[in-house]
Amino acid sequence: MMTNPGNRLTQGQFSFLPPLTDKQISAQIKYALNNGWAIGVEYTDDPHPRDTYWEMYGNPMFDLKDPAGILMEINNCRKTFPNHYIRVTAFNSTRGFESPTMSYIVNRPEKEPGFGLIRRETAGRNIQYSIHSYATDKPEGERY
Amino acid sequence: MAEQSKILKADEQFVDLDAEFRESNIREVLDKLDRELIGLKPVKARIHEIAALLLVDRVRKRLGLSAGAPSLHMCFTGNPGTGKTTVASRMSEILHRLDYVREGHLVSVTRDDLVGQYIGHTAPKTKEVIKRAMGGVLFIDEAYYLYKPENERDYGAESIEILLQTMENNRDDLVVILAGYKDRMDKFFQSNPGMRSRIAHHIDFPDYGVDELVAIAKLMLAAQNYRFSPDGEKAFIEYIRLRMAQEFFANARSVRNALDRARLRQANRLFTGGKKTLTNIDLMTIEAEDIRASRVFLEGKPDTATGPA
Repeated sequence: MMTNPGNRLTQGQFSFLPPLTDKQISAQIKYALNNGWAIGVEYTDDPHPRDTYWEMYGNPMFDLKDPAGILMEINNCRKTFPNHYIRVTAFNSTRGFESPTMSYIVNRPEKEPGFGLIRRETAGRNIQYSIHSYATDKPEGERY
Repeated sequence: MAEQSKILKADEQFVDLDAEFRESNIREVLDKLDRELIGLKPVKARIHEIAALLLVDRVRKRLGLSAGAPSLHMCFTGNPGTGKTTVASRMSEILHRLDYVREGHLVSVTRDDLVGQYIGHTAPKTKEVIKRAMGGVLFIDEAYYLYKPENERDYGAESIEILLQTMENNRDDLVVILAGYKDRMDKFFQSNPGMRSRIAHHIDFPDYGVDELVAIAKLMLAAQNYRFSPDGEKAFIEYIRLRMAQEFFANARSVRNALDRARLRQANRLFTGGKKTLTNIDLMTIEAEDIRASRVFLEGKPDTATGPA
């Protein structure tokens, strides 16, 4: 049984929804800007869920008022990395939070091969489970 | 025949421009502009034109007569202290009321904010400023400094190139206003013809006359809860006449500086004067002697010998 048809990567917000349109992305960015959060655009081609730190595309963007500038950066990033995962994160710098409060994928590769489950038998017939992305069999930059 | 009846039908749609005008609250901003900015006739006329165009455009759009967003990049030229920055900040408010820009904030920058110090520094710096200005107005003061023809390795040209590209491609996202002194801006445009052709509105700020400067002085004083005594006003008119003939005269900015110094002298007069109990009228009034103590009267020189005053 396929639990996730299409093997879509489901990380961050909105990942079970159909891909966001640019208008919807702008609206989400606007929400973050209204809250005073700084926005960063990040990309990676290693979809493992424990791969927390993606590469930043340009600097994080502070003091912006309008989503148009960020959408421009997103589109530049899409042009540069059309077959990478790209996500938008909103960083809340309020003392006590100081962490990303929003994160959602805005670009994904055409074909996502998904993950395989690896079972490893250890002492006492215990089984350790881990997951492995089929895409990462290939070297970085050639994965999708 | 069918075509004709369609046109007739279009004619039948009545549009209440007045209602539209009231609804946009634009009158409030324009009135404020008329009230608070003295003189500047050509500037105000152009702003009224732009406001009218945007309003009509909005009505047209509602009737399906779209005509593409007009280009509103502007260039303000004029001598120091003629109100270029003040008008720019008003402009962002007006454009916001008319829904031309989404946020209506003003990002005011100079060469330092746009041009980097080493190779590869300029593009991200300029882009960051542009991103910050999106949805509002980008005001580049002393824009002619961006281009330094004597140094061909200057990074200013790179910044201009990025600006040009954004002015063309992101016309809906931001309005660029350049400002500077007339002669130097002319030279700047001569060496950057692309810039000139992308700016639709070249607005020249005229120098103020004596009456206008006095009116400005009164407005400035009123804003700080001061006022001239009748003699004080006469002295100030004389002061302006003398000061205008001298070098480094910077219109409204000189007036502001003169008033700041008059306040200083007034405070000193009140402090050293024998009168022990003062009324609020005393504290508010600038007397003739506060003005006449200026070096403009005594020596025929501006008060601060070192710089523009």
